[in-house]
Amino acid sequence: MKLDVVLRIVTKLMLPFMLVFAAYVQFHGDYGPGGGFQAGVIAGAALILYAIMFGLEQSMRVVPTWVVEKMIPAGVLLYAGVGAVSFFYGENFLDYDVLGHDHVHAQELGIFLVELGVFITVAGTMIAIFYGFAGRGREE
Amino acid sequence: MEAVINMVLLTLLVVVTLGVVRLRNLFAVVILGSIYSFLMASVFIVLDAVDVAMTEASVGAGISTVLMLTVLSMTRVEEAKPAHSPLLPLFVASATAAILIYGTWDLPGFGLAQTPVNTHVGAAYLERSIADTGVPNVVTSVLASYRGFDTLGETAVVFTAGIGVLLLLRRGRSRARLKKRQEERT
Amino acid sequence: MELAQTIIAHYNHWITIFLMVAGLYVVVARGNMVKKLVGLSLFQTSVYLLYISPGKIIGGTPPILDQGIEVYSNPLPHVLILTAIVVGVATLSLGLGLVVRINEVYGTIEEDEIFEQGDDDE
Repeated sequence: MKLDVVLRIVTKLMLPFMLVFAAYVQFHGDYGPGGGFQAGVIAGAALILYAIMFGLEQSMRVVPTWVVEKMIPAGVLLYAGVGAVSFFYGENFLDYDVLGHDHVHAQELGIFLVELGVFITVAGTMIAIFYGFAGRGREE
Repeated sequence: MEAVINMVLLTLLVVVTLGVVRLRNLFAVVILGSIYSFLMASVFIVLDAVDVAMTEASVGAGISTVLMLTVLSMTRVEEAKPAHSPLLPLFVASATAAILIYGTWDLPGFGLAQTPVNTHVGAAYLERSIADTGVPNVVTSVLASYRGFDTLGETAVVFTAGIGVLLLLRRGRSRARLKKRQEERT
Repeated sequence: MELAQTIIAHYNHWITIFLMVAGLYVVVARGNMVKKLVGLSLFQTSVYLLYISPGKIIGGTPPILDQGIEVYSNPLPHVLILTAIVVGVATLSLGLGLVVRINEVYGTIEEDEIFEQGDDDE
């Protein structure tokens, strides 16, 4: 049990840094390695670590199941929605030029939104999968 | 130098793979799989694929190891002795390997710049990325802008797999509803 | 000397083929389903290596543009494999979900034992 204390305290110390790192990977992905896929997995892993250390009930109180289940389709909808906006301005699907006043800004905004959609879906899927497996083990 | 580091890491990868194939304790196999993923991530860094290395380290060594261990905690850890002789699969595998190695003789060598892979579309992305999107990380600009449609498809696949796992493993609500329906009938 | 050059030129290809064949062998020869999934991921990672290797240029840097750097490795395979890895873990978890369900119904994840039970039921 003594070892358990060390693990719990270290987990608490690590968690904010993991989440900040996920945010860094997400938003700095334009200028360094990273992007929505990696950030989503890192954020999912942070919550999985929390669930392993403090129990499934505790982590379901932090991020409830219904939130996770909404996240999975929400990301895909955001991505497809960004693409569909161009339709209303008479452009091609996923043509970001209509999103801003000049070409480069529009591209950056489009890439940001699309990566956000990827992040939401990937993080949601990873957490949902872990909840599924861990919940299954608990009931038996 | 890059080629030498690459070769050493790949040789380590082969050693770990032999362990994965031969061991029958699944716990050891899963942990070796995690080591395998870290080695693979190092190889990707040597091969200049930093984004891919980051993904492989977090996904292969992190998430999939955790999922495998969760499944092992529900099933048994020791693999049964194979009932069939391994000779036929071994023959199929060696024959496949021989044919594939015969096919490598015509492939371009390692690390060359003037190969068909590196001269057409990849080089064009490198030249145009800043002017087109203003994003210095070409991997991001190709992923989200040039090939945005592709990435939408990949996101949809992740979505589908997530829904599939939920359908397979979640039973709380649907069970309760089923029971209620049965009670209503009786 | 020529032999050494040939080995350096094709080493990545050969290791890729070895990993692919090792995965194939595990999937065909072993009856345990978790082991089969590990074999499938071996196969899958060999494909990652197959894609990333030809994109490398000796003396190049990762494809993040900066001033004063001339040679970059090819970014296109990186994009393809980046998404493939995340899709790979999603499908792997789908397979693991199936394993869990099979284990609940049959009480085992060994293929041979499941076949024996199937005969009893008929």
